[in-house]
Amino acid sequence: MQFLQSVLLRLCTTLITLAGVAVIVFFVIRVVPGNPIAMMLPPGATEADVARLTALYGLDKSIPQQFLIWLSGVVQGDFGTSITTKQPVLQLVLSRLPATLELSVMALIIAIIIGGFMALTGTRLRGSKTEAAIDIGNGMALSVPDFLWGLILILAFGVLIPIFHISGRVTPSLPLPFSTNFYLTESLLRLRFDLWLDIAAHMFMPALALAIPLAAIISQLLKQSLKETMHLDYVTLARTKGYSETHVILREALPNAILPTLTLVGVQFTFLIGGTVIIERLFSYEGLGNMAIDAVINRDLPLIQGIVILFAVIFTGVNLLVDLTYAALNPRLRHA
Amino acid sequence: MSYLSIRNLSARLKGRPDQILRRVSLEVAAGEVRGLVGESGAGKSMIGKAILGTLPQSVEITGGQIILDGTDLLALPAAQRRTLIGAKCALIPQDPLTALNPSRRIGPQITNRLVDILHWSRADAEKRARDLLAEVQIPDPERVMRSYPHELSGGMRQRILIASAFAAEPKLIIADEPTTALDVTVQKQILKLIAAMQARHGTALLFVTHDLGVVSKVCQSLSVLYAGYVLEDSTIPEFFHAPKHPYSRALLAATPKYTDPDGSLTPVSDAVIAATRAEVEAADRSAHV
Amino acid sequence: MLDGRSAIRRKLPARLVLSATWLTLLTLAAICAPLIAPKDPLAQDLFLGQLPPFWLQGHEPGYLLGTDSLGRDVLSRILYGARLALTVALTAGTITCIIGATMGLLAGFLRGWVDILISRAIDIWMAFPPVLFSILLIAVLGPSLTSIIIAIVVIDWTRFARVIRAEAMTQGAMDYVASAQVAGRTRLSTMVTEILPNVLPTIVVLLTLEMGISIIVEAILSFVNLSISTDDPTWGGMIAEGRASIHQAWWVLVFPLITLFLTVLSFSQLGEGLKDRFDPVLR
Repeated sequence: MQFLQSVLLRLCTTLITLAGVAVIVFFVIRVVPGNPIAMMLPPGATEADVARLTALYGLDKSIPQQFLIWLSGVVQGDFGTSITTKQPVLQLVLSRLPATLELSVMALIIAIIIGGFMALTGTRLRGSKTEAAIDIGNGMALSVPDFLWGLILILAFGVLIPIFHISGRVTPSLPLPFSTNFYLTESLLRLRFDLWLDIAAHMFMPALALAIPLAAIISQLLKQSLKETMHLDYVTLARTKGYSETHVILREALPNAILPTLTLVGVQFTFLIGGTVIIERLFSYEGLGNMAIDAVINRDLPLIQGIVILFAVIFTGVNLLVDLTYAALNPRLRHA
Repeated sequence: MSYLSIRNLSARLKGRPDQILRRVSLEVAAGEVRGLVGESGAGKSMIGKAILGTLPQSVEITGGQIILDGTDLLALPAAQRRTLIGAKCALIPQDPLTALNPSRRIGPQITNRLVDILHWSRADAEKRARDLLAEVQIPDPERVMRSYPHELSGGMRQRILIASAFAAEPKLIIADEPTTALDVTVQKQILKLIAAMQARHGTALLFVTHDLGVVSKVCQSLSVLYAGYVLEDSTIPEFFHAPKHPYSRALLAATPKYTDPDGSLTPVSDAVIAATRAEVEAADRSAHV
Repeated sequence: MLDGRSAIRRKLPARLVLSATWLTLLTLAAICAPLIAPKDPLAQDLFLGQLPPFWLQGHEPGYLLGTDSLGRDVLSRILYGARLALTVALTAGTITCIIGATMGLLAGFLRGWVDILISRAIDIWMAFPPVLFSILLIAVLGPSLTSIIIAIVVIDWTRFARVIRAEAMTQGAMDYVASAQVAGRTRLSTMVTEILPNVLPTIVVLLTLEMGISIIVEAILSFVNLSISTDDPTWGGMIAEGRASIHQAWWVLVFPLITLFLTVLSFSQLGEGLKDRFDPVLR
């Protein structure tokens, strides 16, 4: 009962946050200089043409009025029409979302694998030179953001040792049999491993760039948490039972050390998703972020609005999910 | 022939000259209960950890032997040593609140050694766990085995840890201040339980404590430790009637007696401590010549 | 335990010294750019386009680190770019720090509705993708140095506010604050004289980190061509050019990238080093 209550409370604050985001974006982009309508029309357009289009997009009304119209549309699932492509915003955004989601999740998986491996190795080899090296590596990886890692990866594996693709999502000449935009997932489901490999090879560099800082955070937090856990009596007790150090770390310490790491990783994952904006630009990857930057450059107000809201929904959704997972995984909370 | 025999065991903090253990020798015969007494920091817990192979990484053993049932543990490769200890020794830890894994149910925490290390069948191991829980007077063992640690009281958890220590019928149990973290009211019951279990199973027990009162009730012999150095090795009657070392006498005078709880207490005097320290240092010097 | 601590003590000055040295050199280079830059950073010469750095075949004397596709000297552009980067780091970092820390102190110490309001705002801010938000703000404000600074302040104040709020709360619960209150001081004066000095180390560390972040934000904005005018040398702008001509002239990307990397790393290591210094009980 208490659990349900706290979930409902979290949902309410999430909604307030989203409303706040909507209001701020809406008003910020109304101040954008430069007339988007004028940019759409051919050079010889008349004043009347401009006025007609302005009315069509509702831009002649007052800003609060525009907001109400927009909001009532959103409630019905209508996020307006993109000014540049003249397609519904929702449709455009949803067509790009899978690319960004696949990239983010791939990056998260890479970060967990690298970070987890580093934390476990560092714990297993406590006090050794390897642990010191891992600490220094973590420090470096944390100090430098994904944007710079992306550039370094481009240089290293795009130019110096050109083994990975550094732009695009898939080799353009390949015929794509997909019915959804989840290319990576669908190619796997259709057992088209040739395509999967091509897509994964395109995705790997941007995903790695996004993953490096998160991997360092996971490594650092998990190692710290493991270290604290390794001092506890139940770990010592397991050692005296005849278990190996590796078993003790993996089976006794890890399950308890993961929990405190989880919430922090959740917040960091939202930072990772935020990072896709510039990383997609850097690697010419056709996802939401790349579309967002184009939308800003083209002054496509309804599209910008839709994308920012979608990002906010993802961010708050991830945080909500993490909180729920935490509650579900912690036996102390579950049985309380 | 002693079951456990420690000979000239020395240990220190890595890269530092300060000794934590100084040529410690002690014997525990099969079925014997030996107390290991000393103030905090005397190194008594370190001896237990050295036997079980759970010394902190910052501590290194610099010499000596730990002979368990005829095998020198320190000469064994790590993996072999672990399995040997897992089969023949067990630990009753100090703090029952942190000695059970919070994310696992009680049942597997008792049976895992039997199944994973000693290769019992799961059914046998579970039956054994139920029997032991009943033996340590835990009502409804079935339910307790399905519980998580946080659902049980401190006294219950210590009973479970005692049951778990006896699970594989070890020949030697090391009890590391097993009652210190408990309520005074529970302490006595737990002490009785350990004594009863020990008597019934005939297990040798190395009882690490700072409490001479506890030693007088449970142990047959004791070693007094100061600054990692064994000052005295006596049977219980010997010690309580005629302690050999001045420090032991002072320690005894500083301990409340169960027979006379209101009798006056004398704290260990600075003079005795200084003399003892001088003796330990002198012994160190002569050992290094 | 003891060994680990003393090891860190010994290591600590090294990274502080190294990062401080790099930042000092960079600052000097930025100040003296007009004196030490070998060429005019804006001078184009299409006959001298994409010259390699000095150790490679086909280089031209005087162009130490080569030229970009318009024939502009890479080294001189890096030196001039440092001026913008450091200006942004100092001004944006400081203003963000003052505003963010004030918000955090107010929320954490005064509590009540002030805290509710500021915390809500932080929640909303956290739901924005920061890079997109900054690009959007620059689009609104128009590309200029002031816009960059405003964008950084508007987006990053929460970094300070979040941490300082939590610290102020912990400090506020301590006895010395209560005794100051009993002594009849006003809330605001207690905040400034009792709480502020105790959270100051954290503020300094965050400020150092924020300077590094500001430089990155500026680079990202110039990378998407939204920083200041496109002719002026910026590290981000150079990186964007380098990215475009990466297969023909890698040096156009490499040298600004190395400079940016070392600078960001130095700010961050400086911050981390200071954190260890301020926090004698290492966790």
